[in-house]
Amino acid sequence: MNNEKQDHVLFYLKNGLRYDGRKKEEYREIEVETGISKSAEGSARVKFGDTQVLAGVKFEIGKPYPDKQEEGTMMIMAELLPLSSSKFESGPPGIQAIELARVVDRGIRESGAIDYKKLCIKPGELVWTIIVDILPINDAGNLFDTAALAAMLAIKNAKFPKLNGDKIDYKTHTKEKIPLIEEPVSITVLKIGEHFIVDPVPDEEEVLDARLTVALTNDSVICAMQKGGEHPLSMDDIKTMIEIATKKSKELRKHLG
Amino acid sequence: MAYKKRLDGRKFDELRPMEAKVGVIKNAAGSAYFKIGKTTAYAAVYGPKDLYPRFLKNPKKGILRCNYNMMPFSGSGDRVRPGPSRRSREISLVTTNALLPVVDLDGVPNSVVDVFIELPQTDAGSRCAGICAASMALADAGIIMKDLVGAISVGIVDGQVLIDLDYPEEAYAEGDVADVPIAYIPSTDEFSLLQMDGKISQKDLIKGLELAKKGANQIIEIQRKALRQKFEVQK
Repeated sequence: MNNEKQDHVLFYLKNGLRYDGRKKEEYREIEVETGISKSAEGSARVKFGDTQVLAGVKFEIGKPYPDKQEEGTMMIMAELLPLSSSKFESGPPGIQAIELARVVDRGIRESGAIDYKKLCIKPGELVWTIIVDILPINDAGNLFDTAALAAMLAIKNAKFPKLNGDKIDYKTHTKEKIPLIEEPVSITVLKIGEHFIVDPVPDEEEVLDARLTVALTNDSVICAMQKGGEHPLSMDDIKTMIEIATKKSKELRKHLG
Repeated sequence: MAYKKRLDGRKFDELRPMEAKVGVIKNAAGSAYFKIGKTTAYAAVYGPKDLYPRFLKNPKKGILRCNYNMMPFSGSGDRVRPGPSRRSREISLVTTNALLPVVDLDGVPNSVVDVFIELPQTDAGSRCAGICAASMALADAGIIMKDLVGAISVGIVDGQVLIDLDYPEEAYAEGDVADVPIAYIPSTDEFSLLQMDGKISQKDLIKGLELAKKGANQIIEIQRKALRQKFEVQK
């Protein structure tokens, strides 16, 4: 932990200030765009200030899981491209990329967002698999929330390719969209000292004591969580962080369209 | 000769519509975006920085290291498996060699300049698009350069010499196809990338390379314009 930097961040937070002039519970300017890759069956670009993340959906077909013979599947992957920050190195996904992908995955999976039963082609034999790939172009903080929003937007943007027997005809797109039941959003709240903030920049992420990512359904029911950081959280901390997340989720939800 | 009209209606010496931007990735020392037809490429430059492991260091000059990567959803068919493939490693190598002649790294011994190329969307010509983006990104990063590099493919579709094949042309089934991706350095009138798939006569190859030079010059004009837009002082 960088103590001097933390003192500095804390000094400003005590005065209700952040490095870029925002309030503690204020997001940076958010921009979203869908259909950014014609090669993908669905795609999206999300910008939170200088942070930019792409997400793309590809479809595959395969065997269902043995315990869910009549359900399709979904897979969410993330790669922290060295293109997007000098902090990232080439090579197979490290623990940071794995945590990012799994946290985004759980938020969407546990909300029951996708109607997997409708992804079944032939019970026990053939089902659709939805693969969402998340790739940052520029990491200026808060990959968790940007990635979750980008993944959800790409899923909403996706259209099934045509199916010819047991082969996918990627050239022909149908009008059919991924059957959705829920549209979760994820909010990450950081604890630095006694302060709680959202949408951190890298300087703030480097000095966090703890973070809590909360995914919420349309009706603001909590559907997944992940605590990060080395410091534990008290009951009061958890309450406060969930309250902030619930409040901010309504704002973020507007960008889901 | 049966290929009289191009599938997308272009003239035989006409490139697909292009778009170029520099400074698109704030974290990088230099960056660029290049789009040609439906192929899009980002390039980011990091460095010059200290090179590890140490045995790779060159005490006489810095080294250039390019890395080409297709995003998993960037292929028009199946998902592309993430991580390096034999294909992407070879393209990274020829990309490095395409750019090496124009960069001057004598002033930064023992260091490395990393160029990361990522493609969100592809429709043939992705290695060339990557080189075009990388050329601008290196200039944007302030790396000393002798020239810009323009990369484009030329080839033959069913007997007709033409420039900038798109995917339907590369996959043209009714006649033979040859695909020749090149990179061109105008100031020295030299080619720094030359690959070739298919069959072509010597005469047609020379004709194609002449055509490629013209195309590369057009690309470099667009690269210059994008760089000027960022660096020229607004009056």
